[in-house]
Amino acid sequence: MANNEAWMTAEVGGPKRASLITKPEVAEAMIRRARRPILVIGHLAAEIEMEDKKLIDYVIDLATNTGIPVVATAHTGNAFLGRRFTPASIMSAVDIGNRLADPTWKGIDGNGPYDLAMFAGLPYSLAWTLLSGLKNFAPHLKTMTLDNVYHPNANWSFPNISIKDWIINLQAIIRDLGE
Amino acid sequence: MKIGELKTDFGNIKDLQLSIGQAKEEKWEEPMGPTPFPSLTTLREWDKKLLERYKPFYMPFCDMCCLCTQGKCDLTGPKRGACGISMPAQQSRTVLITVCIGAATHIGHARELVTSISEKFGKDHPLDVGGHNVEVEAPLIRLVCGIKPETIGDLDEVLDYLENQLTQLLAVTHTGQEGSSVDFESKVFHAGMIDQVAMEVADIAQISAFGFPKAEEETPLIELGMGAVDTSKPVILVVGHNVPPAVNIVDYLQKTKLTEEVELTGICCTSLDISRYTPKAKIIGPISWQLRYVRSGVPDVIVVDEQCVRADLLIEAQRIHAPLIATNQKNCLGLEDRTNDRPDDIVADMVSEKVPGVLILETNQVGEVATKTAIQVAPKRKKMGFFPKKEELKEIARKCNQCKECRRSCPNDAAIPEAMKAAGKGNFALLEEMYDECVGCARCEQACPQKIPIHSMILGAAQEKVKEEKYKIRAGRGAIQDIEIRQVGGPIVLGEIPGVVAFVGCPNFPKGGKEVAEMVIEFAKRRYIVCTSGCAAIAAGMYKNDEGKTAYELFPGSFEAGGVVNVGSCVSNAHIAGAAVKIASIFARRNLRGNYEEIADYVYNRVGAVGVAWGAMTQKAAAIASGFWRLGIPVVVGPHGTKYRRMLLGRRDKEELWYTYDARTGDKVYTSPAPEHLFVAAETKEEAMVMIAKLCMRPNDTSKGRAIKLTNYVDLHKRNFGSIPDDVHLYVRTMADVPITMKDEIVKMLNEKQWKERTIPDPTLLPRMIRKAKVKV
Repeated sequence: MANNEAWMTAEVGGPKRASLITKPEVAEAMIRRARRPILVIGHLAAEIEMEDKKLIDYVIDLATNTGIPVVATAHTGNAFLGRRFTPASIMSAVDIGNRLADPTWKGIDGNGPYDLAMFAGLPYSLAWTLLSGLKNFAPHLKTMTLDNVYHPNANWSFPNISIKDWIINLQAIIRDLGE
Repeated sequence: MKIGELKTDFGNIKDLQLSIGQAKEEKWEEPMGPTPFPSLTTLREWDKKLLERYKPFYMPFCDMCCLCTQGKCDLTGPKRGACGISMPAQQSRTVLITVCIGAATHIGHARELVTSISEKFGKDHPLDVGGHNVEVEAPLIRLVCGIKPETIGDLDEVLDYLENQLTQLLAVTHTGQEGSSVDFESKVFHAGMIDQVAMEVADIAQISAFGFPKAEEETPLIELGMGAVDTSKPVILVVGHNVPPAVNIVDYLQKTKLTEEVELTGICCTSLDISRYTPKAKIIGPISWQLRYVRSGVPDVIVVDEQCVRADLLIEAQRIHAPLIATNQKNCLGLEDRTNDRPDDIVADMVSEKVPGVLILETNQVGEVATKTAIQVAPKRKKMGFFPKKEELKEIARKCNQCKECRRSCPNDAAIPEAMKAAGKGNFALLEEMYDECVGCARCEQACPQKIPIHSMILGAAQEKVKEEKYKIRAGRGAIQDIEIRQVGGPIVLGEIPGVVAFVGCPNFPKGGKEVAEMVIEFAKRRYIVCTSGCAAIAAGMYKNDEGKTAYELFPGSFEAGGVVNVGSCVSNAHIAGAAVKIASIFARRNLRGNYEEIADYVYNRVGAVGVAWGAMTQKAAAIASGFWRLGIPVVVGPHGTKYRRMLLGRRDKEELWYTYDARTGDKVYTSPAPEHLFVAAETKEEAMVMIAKLCMRPNDTSKGRAIKLTNYVDLHKRNFGSIPDDVHLYVRTMADVPITMKDEIVKMLNEKQWKERTIPDPTLLPRMIRKAKVKV
């Protein structure tokens, strides 16, 4: 499959499609540039195994290193708390999506709207539709997915990559942003 | 009557037209409300009130419009199409088309039932859905149309109205009609409302004509599952939703004393409805069981009617050498029409495989043809095995080159390549596990470049599970009795029964049907009233607890706290909405007749009901949900539900949205964000359960009721999310609302949030319902 094919074959993107994160520096630059970034993490983060860790462990490392607030969707809050990490909020995926689409939303902390939303661990088709909503109705917001599959509706997405490459990329991002 | 020209002694008459509608004595004394037979815009203001609170969050499933030759048009972001349409309007337009398809299906189904029942039983055949136990026999027809139907013939007028409205609604979706997304959404609600009425027409007609259970609490327990079939007998499979052909099969079996000799099995709503006709019928499973049951090779003849029948069922039937009989004009499958041929000639052609199947549009022939065919075909077919054997699985799996196309085509992103890899090494555990979560679409097979029969392999690996698939489901009971409504109306409206949760719809589940059963059991244990219908009702029965019992064996079938009430098939959904409406009528003594807005306002503010369509997939499911929305009843769908393109979401952080009138004083008072959403997708079962408990809260809850509801919400949140919800303070109006067992932690939160006590209003969104307007100085 090509790098920029939607992971689910039939979920072809529209005329506006995500740019590829071809190397960790691309994602790092986006995150560094953002004034108000946020992470939205779905329940699969606690299920997806990445060698000796799970996706959620990388998310916690990233959030801890950068101070980026985490919204835990579904029952992911339980998995975060089990790892002694407290998410900034627990909200359903469509609820946080709806708020992110609102340019007047002051954010979880009341300090203003977010300018970069990063997603990981949501079921593919749910993330696909959610990102479509934001692509179409949140011009004030950039979106990026940290999953290892291509999401055409994000602004930035990894291509379809192996777990090994995914780990290398995430480790680099976490390391570089922590410096 | 038309008279062109008539010369009489008293003068000449030219072009006289005289039409006589229904000349009928009016016996119903209830005064007519303001909106009988509402048009497309009659209830627009009510819809706008709801849509102001629950603004659509559009999630386009496609960025383009390709409905006219000026397109395709790219509507991404702020762009407009060649016709001027915007993305929000296009999304809501697509929702309207979807819901119109669903409503058309129910209306068409209802019309066909009423026509065939009228022909067989006469238009004067009385409507009877529960004798004296159900005086309000058609709450939705009364509410929407303002008439009280008494006979099958009375339903014609209702259907005329529904067909008219549907035509108008579909016209709205033409290029250059509606341009506002809000108006499209209002029309979606209208389509949902007429869909509910259509379902009621269909079900009360078939209950009355075929003697289905009439609101009985304890209907028979029906055998369920592939393992329940006696494969030594000839087996007939019926698939679809329109029950008359299946009824004819039962009648023929009884007439020829073959009931014990032939197995009658069914899938989807036809199976639910035929099990309401005879408890001897066996239900195989929801529609996702079609392919697996056919591929098992067990059915000897397949009879399809309409709706949700796989389009490739004829091809699949041919693979197992099972003749197929199509019985409905809407689903002819390319088969030759043999309606007027002699039954024995038709049977001979199918038994000899001269033809793969036939179309028979006269229901009275279906029973004879299906039975004779099954009996003659069965001895030839029983030797055939169709699932790959375990020893074959390993060899087939080795063909897999790990290209992952199967996984990329699976709606649930199932790890098929990994399972294939293991199977190639002789480990079939992963394949077998997949059986429980597979939705039975077989897209994986379509995608596989190696032509590996992946779905059949899953079935082959799970053969032991298939044999053990033996469950019990309570037959659909139809309506809710008036006496039940009297008994639970108060506790529901006051909040002391924490909610009515209805599990409805299709089986496009993210992790198998077991999750539906688990949710049903969870809420029944918590003393909610749990209703089920359609494929969700079947899925709810396909799970046993440690004692080997299904939800239907564990809980009573009565409409009471802790009851699990299977109302029946898809069209029986009308009884769930009808129960909510009947609470307003029977318990609160509000007039139903043509009084939609007031009743919806009552239901919205007082009846803590939630619909759950965990595997919602079809256009009918969209229509069913839309009908609930207009009544103010929220609907939760599974993660695939976002593909319906938009949610209707409230914002609990926007205080200004949650003000309502206090009907006692006319004051506008802050209530709570209750219910918070009108249409919302949950990502997981755990999230759905928390959401359901929360969405059952209503502004009218008494403190006792609110405390009970909060207990469930907080407890489920803590159990599933690991913490106390951060919005509890929004739902506590007075200290008496706080559950005693959770007092310390909730009071701590109230203090942190600087919570202030507030009044509990007599809530209404309608200024005209204010009893005493506040005098302003």
